[in-house]
Amino acid sequence: MKLHELTLSKAHELLRTKEISSVELTRAVLDRIDGVEAKVEAFITLTPETALARAEEADQAISRGEITPLTGIPIAVKDLICTQGIRTTCASKILENFIPPYDATVITRLSKAGAVLVGKANMDEFAMGSSNENSGLKITRNPWNLECVPGGSSGGSAAAVAADMCLGALGSDTGGSIRQPASHCGIVGIKPTYGRVSRFGLVAFASSLDQIGPLAKTVEDAALLLEVISGHDPKDSTSAPVEVPRFSGPMKENLKGCKIGLPKEFFNTQGLDPDVSESVHRAILTLKDLGAEFVEVALPHAEYAVAVYYILAPSEASSNLARYDGVKYGLRKEGQDGLADMYRKTRSGGFGQEVKRRIILGTYALSSGYYDAYYNKASQVRTLISRDYAEAFGHCHAILSPVAPTPAFRIGEKTEDPLTMYLSDIYTLSANLAGIPGMSVPCGFSARGLPIGVQLLSGHFNEAVLLKIGYQFQQATNYHMQKPAL
Amino acid sequence: MKITREEVVHVAKLAHLELGEDEVQRFSEQIGTILDYFETLNQVNTDGIKPTFNAIHLTNAFREDEEKASLDNKDVLFNAPEKEDGFFLVPRIIG
Repeated sequence: MKLHELTLSKAHELLRTKEISSVELTRAVLDRIDGVEAKVEAFITLTPETALARAEEADQAISRGEITPLTGIPIAVKDLICTQGIRTTCASKILENFIPPYDATVITRLSKAGAVLVGKANMDEFAMGSSNENSGLKITRNPWNLECVPGGSSGGSAAAVAADMCLGALGSDTGGSIRQPASHCGIVGIKPTYGRVSRFGLVAFASSLDQIGPLAKTVEDAALLLEVISGHDPKDSTSAPVEVPRFSGPMKENLKGCKIGLPKEFFNTQGLDPDVSESVHRAILTLKDLGAEFVEVALPHAEYAVAVYYILAPSEASSNLARYDGVKYGLRKEGQDGLADMYRKTRSGGFGQEVKRRIILGTYALSSGYYDAYYNKASQVRTLISRDYAEAFGHCHAILSPVAPTPAFRIGEKTEDPLTMYLSDIYTLSANLAGIPGMSVPCGFSARGLPIGVQLLSGHFNEAVLLKIGYQFQQATNYHMQKPAL
Repeated sequence: MKITREEVVHVAKLAHLELGEDEVQRFSEQIGTILDYFETLNQVNTDGIKPTFNAIHLTNAFREDEEKASLDNKDVLFNAPEKEDGFFLVPRIIG
């Protein structure tokens, strides 16, 4: 049995019956990392010693009869999430040697559940990007085709799961950054409802859009991770004071009477790759066979999501990234001219191109004379986009769409024109704007063997219906069981 | 609408960024293209529409005004590039 190939759920079962130990499981995962990480480069920092120490503790807990679904399970964490005493870089030179003095709330929850951290995953710098190519530190490759991107910005997390270098991972999603790399890497990714998961300790990119979520091999695994990390947190004032349901139970109900909406705006697009279109349509047929009913819905303002997002997110980022000034932490570069010169030299020397571009865009949009035309206008259209979804969910339980217009593209293919990259986020952005949850599930492969995912969206705090649809879909398909030939 | 070099340099200054000439050139073009794209929002009638700042309509999440433990001074200064006597040390501010 190749232990690193196990799903989280299966590993939990074997740990519970003591057929395997966490130390064995963790060793297998660490060996796997030794075997393939040089090709994939999913990690910025590996933590093998801490991992084995935690695995030992987990085995002791299990022998005392204390076990949760995550006890002893090796997990990777996107390097945007603070881990006390463990370098957290946000894939930026400006934080290359930053060591957080506290754990993010999600990390505290994972630790309490006995999870084992194997490393911090690579990403686009400060989560700005859709391909992982904007990392200031290294390039991550798609395990399915090493010449291709894994997607972004949680590309490292997705690649690590797809390559069996962990049994689950945490990523973050501001405009699609969990769902899109999950789709490109053939795994499951969930962006929870805004406020479902605490952002305390998540390095902020766009505070009204960011959410931490799970990336996993199966929907069942993702549900287990989601349950552990969710919950109101007094340390995050945008954290929602709502109960966290036991996600795993209702997942196993069938899809009779489940209405799924197909937004006509998402299926007219010419930019949609034929392999993607075919896979998504096949997914619709599979779901129909499982008892789901499809209805057409309208999202009249869907086409404006890219413009709205690329005004709001950079604006919020320009504010959030103002703190990187060389004073309290991170890189410091001094000039001849006092404090202000230090700010300029530090920031200009430490930030990559995409980060600088978005800071400038955001600063411009918020500047005097432009605030109404850009930030305020975009925020108003955001209201209309949110209303479209609320209206649509009056006619269906969930909405289905592609995740990305194409499968993973080649490294370097899209770096010339930022706008082309931005436009490829069309299916995922609006969920962040509306604050609704979304999930990507593998639904096929392109002619060249690259994974394709299908996206499901639902109303606020209704992750349960996404999990149900996804789980039933995975009972009837085996795309999620394929492995890349690394 | 194109953005001029001067505007890019000005905005960069507001954001405490110092750009090289090639960056100014490249960003003026790229940001100009992006701003042109944003013009599509003018097609949307937003009269009377309130802006959304919080997607789940949460309002003020207050707690009691009680003193609570904060970060220890040594933790706060742990990553400081330069420190002295429990303070962050920075280059001169004025003059």
